[in-house]
Amino acid sequence: MRSWLFTLVCIAVGAITYAVMRGVHSEYLFVAGYVVLEFVVLATAWNILGGYCGYVNFGSAAFFALGAYTTIFFHKAYPLPIPLLIALSAVVSGIAGLGMGYLTLRLRGAFFSIATLALAVVLQTLVVNWDYVGGSRGAYVIRPQALSAFGLTIPYVEYLFLLMLALVVIAITTARLIERSRLGFGFATIRDDELAAEASGVPTLRLKLIATTLSGALMGMAGAPFPYYIGYLQPASAFGLEYAVNSIAMPMIGGTGSWIGPLVGALLLGTIQQVATVTISSAVNLLIVGLLLVAFVIIAPNGLVGFVTQRLRAREP
Amino acid sequence: MAEPLLQVDQVGKRFGGFVALDGINLAVAPGERLGLIGPNGSGKSTLVNCICGALHNESGSVRFDGQAIDGMAAHQRTILGLARSFQLPRPFHSLSVAENLHVPLLYAVRARFGSHLSAREINDHCIEYLRLVGLDAKAHKRPRDLTQVEMRKLELARAIAAEPKLLIADESMAGLSHSEVEDILKLLVRLNERGITIILIEHIMSAVMSFSQRLVVLVSGKKIADGDPAEVVRNPEVEKAYLG
Amino acid sequence: MDFPLELLINAVIAGVLLGGFYIAVTVGISIAFGMLDIVNIAHPAFIILGSYIAYIVNAQTGLDPILAGVLMMPVFYVLGAAVYQVYYLSFERRGQEALRGLAFFFGILFITEVGLVLVFGVDYRYVEASYVGPALHFAFIDLPYRLLIPCILSLVMLGVLDLFLSRTFLGRAIKAVSQDQGALALMAANPIRIKRIAFGISIATTALAGAFLIIIQPVEPSVGREYIGRVFAIAVLGGLGSLPGTVIGAMLLGIVESITATFYGPSWAPAVAFGFLLLTLAFRPSGLLGR
Repeated sequence: MRSWLFTLVCIAVGAITYAVMRGVHSEYLFVAGYVVLEFVVLATAWNILGGYCGYVNFGSAAFFALGAYTTIFFHKAYPLPIPLLIALSAVVSGIAGLGMGYLTLRLRGAFFSIATLALAVVLQTLVVNWDYVGGSRGAYVIRPQALSAFGLTIPYVEYLFLLMLALVVIAITTARLIERSRLGFGFATIRDDELAAEASGVPTLRLKLIATTLSGALMGMAGAPFPYYIGYLQPASAFGLEYAVNSIAMPMIGGTGSWIGPLVGALLLGTIQQVATVTISSAVNLLIVGLLLVAFVIIAPNGLVGFVTQRLRAREP
Repeated sequence: MAEPLLQVDQVGKRFGGFVALDGINLAVAPGERLGLIGPNGSGKSTLVNCICGALHNESGSVRFDGQAIDGMAAHQRTILGLARSFQLPRPFHSLSVAENLHVPLLYAVRARFGSHLSAREINDHCIEYLRLVGLDAKAHKRPRDLTQVEMRKLELARAIAAEPKLLIADESMAGLSHSEVEDILKLLVRLNERGITIILIEHIMSAVMSFSQRLVVLVSGKKIADGDPAEVVRNPEVEKAYLG
Repeated sequence: MDFPLELLINAVIAGVLLGGFYIAVTVGISIAFGMLDIVNIAHPAFIILGSYIAYIVNAQTGLDPILAGVLMMPVFYVLGAAVYQVYYLSFERRGQEALRGLAFFFGILFITEVGLVLVFGVDYRYVEASYVGPALHFAFIDLPYRLLIPCILSLVMLGVLDLFLSRTFLGRAIKAVSQDQGALALMAANPIRIKRIAFGISIATTALAGAFLIIIQPVEPSVGREYIGRVFAIAVLGGLGSLPGTVIGAMLLGIVESITATFYGPSWAPAVAFGFLLLTLAFRPSGLLGR
């Protein structure tokens, strides 16, 4: 399918989703749906570096929080509309990704992963000690009840949901565009064998930096609307463990080979968690995600998508 | 001699206290077929790695096609026209055989000539190289479905697809049968006739002797002989290195 | 005099003691990551597990926490050997350790932390022992026993490991396993078995390190995350797999953290380890003692 056509289909699916949800008339649906979509963006972003290039980022929460705190910073300094904040967050988190990559990617992949693990801890330390953005106490963001534009008025939660839906479309079309391009080929060679990739003329360092920047930027974008969603942002919630673990678990469980895997994984796990948070505790929830992650990497290394395609292929004569 | 295509000048490399290469000098003329031999651990692969940029030499310099390439990343050297095959085949496992060849075409060849290589041209080139090595029937297979000899052919084909001026074939024939060795040798000679300079690193002496116009011998990181193959193998120093 | 010299000296001494403890925390990673090439990011999770076991044993029976740690070492050894077996069969053998193996250890790290939260909650836990409170005093210098004892015992553990690795057949095989498979084959040793034993030892050290940790400070499940930066910073700083390097890296980090905490406040301390790690990776990836 042509890329522009694919983008149109994505937008159409998004529009239908929104229309159906509007029809249900439940604010909760939008509140829960926002989180699921947020995870779709995070999982897709993680997969650009993790699934395509084979570099594991443990610091998704850090990039997400950078986006959220960019919003807080500008909320205090100079209030801007959210779409603009999303763009700014993309720049900040993208630069963070580039910097991390530049410092560690010339070394073995494991060092990059370790550095990202530590990045979350340290950024959190910085934020906790930075009073301007609320420090350890956190910061309030007062959001309007509703948004009016072009003579239409919609509840603010719906507005946030629509923004996140747009980010999902951006993330997925970006991921698919990469897969189909020369860049996607290059990423796959990095995942398979970097030495051979260099010998074939692939500028591996530059490509890895593109991946860390893109992936970081998308994660930052997912974090930008978060303060408006939650209303009161604390370091502990912005740097929440659930972001780090879910953005790895969802692609791993869905399948890391293409954009479909993270989408399936995030929709599935995200929805389960939204249901389970209401019925069981959120800690049990996270434990289940952790156990699923370990189980899947051991038993189904190609995720659900890989498992299904294998089954289908086996059925063919 | 005309301006050499590759000029290795006093190249040295150590790993900790171990001297892997000790002031190697080597000049390769355009169009030449050079054989490079030496016992295990003599520094052949280290030399290849220093020439191709997988390792960086600590002393001396490497010039390729009239340009100093020390400190240049491996991919830049490939783009300049310096390609290699690996001793143990290192195919891209998640790509098909044809796609494996697309990689150097998309990255090395395109970068060299600007981006004026259409998708169709890339496909044509790819099929041509697959035919050349006799893998055209396997274009859509995955590397793991190939046999040992096919894997080595793929390794060579991928290096050829970078459309190099100089091809370094690092033990492309180890473990192959006599007729398979003949196959690969014929292929290399055909490539050479197309104007590609070739350095062949090989343990199989009959193959090296029939292929090489000139033979270089490395022992313990030093070059001990360089010249006409028939004379080099009679060199007492070379005999000593190989027999005891 | 404006410059608080006494404060500085005390900070440095506390840093040395802390550094001693960091040796116990890191020595397992120096073996697993440095010698076996296994990127066990769950290492701190095992340390926290060790802390909680020391806590339970201490609270239930009143047994000395360090003794509890020593007694738990064989159990942790078996645990480590089992984890390695799963790791080997699922990832190392298939050549998938880079992506899925890392995710596996991340999952273990995560499961341990959340599991502990579910069982014990997020309250800080601490142990009772005669040496937790008091300190030795020389003039203006304080040597709290809760730091002094772990430091000395960490050095003892390091000494024992160093002797084992350099003097015994098995120890030398462990040192050779990632660098020189050929030599190992000549020694007729099965590399999988060697790695399993070594990884078991690596995890066994966490039982003791965990006991030290809960003596030094109260522990809650997420404390482990702070140690991820520390253990890898020290291991990389010291040059992977080098035990003397581990000592230098641990002492250096201990001193700098202690000075930072004294003069800028303890909330900045976690950033120090990360700063060290990034700077090392950027400028001296082979470590301080590396070539």
